Amino acid sequence: MTERPRIGVVTFPGSNDDRDAAHALELLGAEAVLVWHGDAELPDVAGVVLPGGFSYGDYLRCGAIARFSPAMRAVTELAAAGGPVLGICNGFQILCEAGLLPGVLRPNESLSFVCRDVDLRVERTDTPFTSLCDPGATLTIPIKHGEGCWFADDELVRQLDANRQIVLRYVDNPNGAVADVAGVVNAERNVMGLMPHPEHAVDPLLGSSDGALILRGLVAAARERTAVVA
Amino acid sequence: MRATVLVRPKPGILDPQGQAVESSLRQLGFPVGDARVGRVVDLEVDAADAAAARAEVERMCEQLLANPLIESYEIELEAAR
Repeated sequence: MTERPRIGVVTFPGSNDDRDAAHALELLGAEAVLVWHGDAELPDVAGVVLPGGFSYGDYLRCGAIARFSPAMRAVTELAAAGGPVLGICNGFQILCEAGLLPGVLRPNESLSFVCRDVDLRVERTDTPFTSLCDPGATLTIPIKHGEGCWFADDELVRQLDANRQIVLRYVDNPNGAVADVAGVVNAERNVMGLMPHPEHAVDPLLGSSDGALILRGLVAAARERTAVVA
Repeated sequence: MRATVLVRPKPGILDPQGQAVESSLRQLGFPVGDARVGRVVDLEVDAADAAAARAEVERMCEQLLANPLIESYEIELEAAR
């Protein structure tokens, strides 16, 4: 069993939380590997984080251009092979635009940038990313976004509810997201996106370490995968 | 060939930008309603004829210029003179 599973963190032009994500992963027992968006192949990694930021200046729609990066083809392949992929904030937006996750992120209902801690309800714990949370737990994790208003039409929300793909909901909706959605998974449960920033909540000194639960889940999934592949 | 793509928020989709614009216009004394804010993309397309150009721009819209979950698009073509 590998001690420190390797997890890639993709840097897009305009990413600004890539190093925070890498730092948090290292802190939580992984070996973080920064991957440049222009690289068509991923280095030997068992999982991937798409970090927060403003890839391509959020031009056109946030995430719309980054999804065509060469690295995203490799990420899509990893996801298709069952590898865990976590998109945080801009990474969530990219995964939605890429069609790896359902829905789309739109400008906040208030049109204001929101930057504060929020409480999140964990809706299911049988995903790699929430496996270390208690059922029904409430996590406190910061958000910082101008376009975090998740949207899907009624039909899609019904489908996602039926499949239990809505994993995290805001206790007090900060951005107008439909159905209070803060995070979703794909049907296979190996790809998750969320607007809150778990990588900013890994040390009690910074107010909360609840984000570590989610990232530790990812690290555990990557470790398991490394063991299986090896 | 010159192409203009108009991308709009679909009907029924909340458009906070449109609402902000509308309320500003009302403050200026314009009695407007239902303002919606979209996007215009002007393009030069290299295509044999208008039909081919339209098909090409439609593909661009489907792949990148619009997100079908929330946006509709309209294509206008104008032959280069």
